[in-house]
Amino acid sequence: MAEPMARRVGLFVTCLVDLIRPSVGFAAATLLVDAGCTVEVPPQSCCGQPAFNSGDRATAREIAAQVIVAFAPYDYVVAPSGSCAGMLKVHYPELFRGDPNWQPHADALAEKTYELVSFLVDVCGLDRVKARLEATATYHDSCSSLRELGVRDQPRRLLATVEGLRLAEMRDTEVCCGFGGTFCVKYPEISNAIVAKKAAAIAATGADLLLAGDLGCLMNMAGKLQRDGAKIEARHVAEVLAGMTHEPAIGVPPRRGAA
Amino acid sequence: MVDLAPHTATSPWFKDNARTALADAELQNALKFVEANFIARRREVAGQLPEFELLRDSARDIRDHTLAHLDLYLAAYEKRVVEHGGHVHYAVTGEDAQRIVLSICRKLGARTVTKGKSMVAEEIGLNDFLEAHGVTPIETDLGEYIVQLRQEMPSHIIAPAVHLTKAQIESEFRRVHTHLPRDRNLAEPTSLLAEARAVLREKFLTADVGITGANFLVAETGTSVIVTNEGNGDLTQTLPRAHIVLASIEKLVPTLEDLSQLLRVLARSATGQEMSVYTTLSTGPRRPDDPDGPAEYHVVLLDNGRSSMLGGAFRDMLRCIRCGACMNHCPIYHAVGGHAYGWVYSGPMGAVLTPSLIGIDRAGHLPNASTFCGRCEEVCPVRIPLPRMMRSWREREFEQHLSPATVRSGLAFWAFFAKRPRLYGIATAAAARLLGFVGRRWGRFAWLPLASGWTRHRDFPAPQGATFQAQWKSAERGRLARSYVSSAGGQSGKGTGGTDGRDRRAPGPPP
Repeated sequence: MAEPMARRVGLFVTCLVDLIRPSVGFAAATLLVDAGCTVEVPPQSCCGQPAFNSGDRATAREIAAQVIVAFAPYDYVVAPSGSCAGMLKVHYPELFRGDPNWQPHADALAEKTYELVSFLVDVCGLDRVKARLEATATYHDSCSSLRELGVRDQPRRLLATVEGLRLAEMRDTEVCCGFGGTFCVKYPEISNAIVAKKAAAIAATGADLLLAGDLGCLMNMAGKLQRDGAKIEARHVAEVLAGMTHEPAIGVPPRRGAA
Repeated sequence: MVDLAPHTATSPWFKDNARTALADAELQNALKFVEANFIARRREVAGQLPEFELLRDSARDIRDHTLAHLDLYLAAYEKRVVEHGGHVHYAVTGEDAQRIVLSICRKLGARTVTKGKSMVAEEIGLNDFLEAHGVTPIETDLGEYIVQLRQEMPSHIIAPAVHLTKAQIESEFRRVHTHLPRDRNLAEPTSLLAEARAVLREKFLTADVGITGANFLVAETGTSVIVTNEGNGDLTQTLPRAHIVLASIEKLVPTLEDLSQLLRVLARSATGQEMSVYTTLSTGPRRPDDPDGPAEYHVVLLDNGRSSMLGGAFRDMLRCIRCGACMNHCPIYHAVGGHAYGWVYSGPMGAVLTPSLIGIDRAGHLPNASTFCGRCEEVCPVRIPLPRMMRSWREREFEQHLSPATVRSGLAFWAFFAKRPRLYGIATAAAARLLGFVGRRWGRFAWLPLASGWTRHRDFPAPQGATFQAQWKSAERGRLARSYVSSAGGQSGKGTGGTDGRDRRAPGPPP
């Protein structure tokens, strides 16, 4: 790796990865380091989406300002989530539009913020990974990745280089899984109807592994598959790309006897 | 079926409506049509037109330009209509529009009016009003005719009866058309259409007044334009003595050239057709040399709150050309159908427009019931930022303290920590350890306090243990960093270890 050219990346780990599945954060950090970046993790909480999407603009701005300051020192900000990266990249500038003090900083942050896999491919020029996994996987496009950030081909391109992995596309891969942040608890029945369709589309592929780039969507889909008794595991795409699949899949208990 | 007393908004009970809709097997069956047909057809026909995306830009710009100069175009339009011998009536409210239509009917002694499809007529509750005042309205669009028989509202702005299965329509026809042979064959959609046509044919010939909506009003020529696939609109507006065009003020377009651009995106976005079967332009009443046409031509222009939208956050919504693409692509609409929204306009466009027209206090659920998946904006032919405007409604709701107390207090609790990253780190570290410990046996929770909305339908994964930030910090302290740094740069380590981070390949801090 070209050490002198090292890109200094601030990892925006996202609140869900931080709390629920830290192994995704380590997989992201590993991928970034292997791609020649240095990785730092400044103290952080959340991108502010719960407030932003609940109409609490004041709180969203306070949290956004905090993120802007915390990540100012880095060349790049990378998040293992299209949703959170989209918040920083698309919605922070919107939150501070017309604010002479903050808008330039929000724009600067937006400029250097990326979703993990698209950063690896589009900025670092990564075209293959050295991972190996015997599985048939299906990849779900999260709405923010796909429609806010235009991430579609990058994860598929890298997954195609994972030795032993076959990719089986599901029907309607561009359709929402029904998570929607607080939507899934505000309108649980509707969310359930949507994720039920998604679970059926996943099962119809015959895949034994579900991958996506957003932990929120993954928890929603994995939780539904597990409630239905489907034997399909779910992982964040970064875990597979980093070759770090020893950790049990989402919602799967550690093997007995393992510490 | 959702029981809708016509024109009484049930939007405040959206959640109940949605629950009923989800449990309605026939509705769920009917809704599959929307998902299966509209989306594929639009994709195909849009893909065949290389300039489709540019046409969308152009359509947006035409609508924006018109709205920016709406006063001028309204004046120009009115002048042309009058020059051609027509009459223009301005209605500030829905009641004004009702009254104007009724007075025209009364002046002509009209007993029956035929109607082409008009969402504005639905918006002002025209049918009920006319009926209550002794004028019988007859819907002539097949879908509208069906929902009128069933005393329902349309569930979709371009496909009013899309919530019904063919079997339901057949049984409705057998119930109402009792003068027809009982053993007739209604198995095919075409036979249903033929029967409706035969029944309606008589009505066309006896109607005194024809009322249509307008897809566009052309300022340059004073022309009203309707697009249909059944031809019912043409019969509605040419056969009776008077033609009343009922349209909202934002339907203006400057020129015929602009009209042709908008028509190119309208049918493609709506039904996946290149053009609708009929595109009918009407300019004034019958002239001396015309073979047919109405003796009187009236245009009722409805404001009903739209002019106050012009200067505000929801102005872009007035670009809408009512194609229905947003609802055709909406996962919420696919799940619950149009009636659940509780008023005339449904889907994403309804979620933005309805609060403008009936108030956010009554329609608050509509802009909240969205995952912000963004597909509506992706397909909107005039590029209306629908998710952003739904969020704007949520902001108004929050500012006016209309959002539910549980949401507000939950948000405040979360925000207290989220605004204090270090305290947040301590609190989440404790929570993750606790939940990780409790959940480690099964790996997930089938029930969690305060999260029953989630766990009623799906499992919730147990946290792995320590938070990422806590683990990263301890790695930074050097306990593990050294072993990593020596191997950094290769993709050697495969194992991620257990939740204690023992052999975690955490990249170390910069030297």
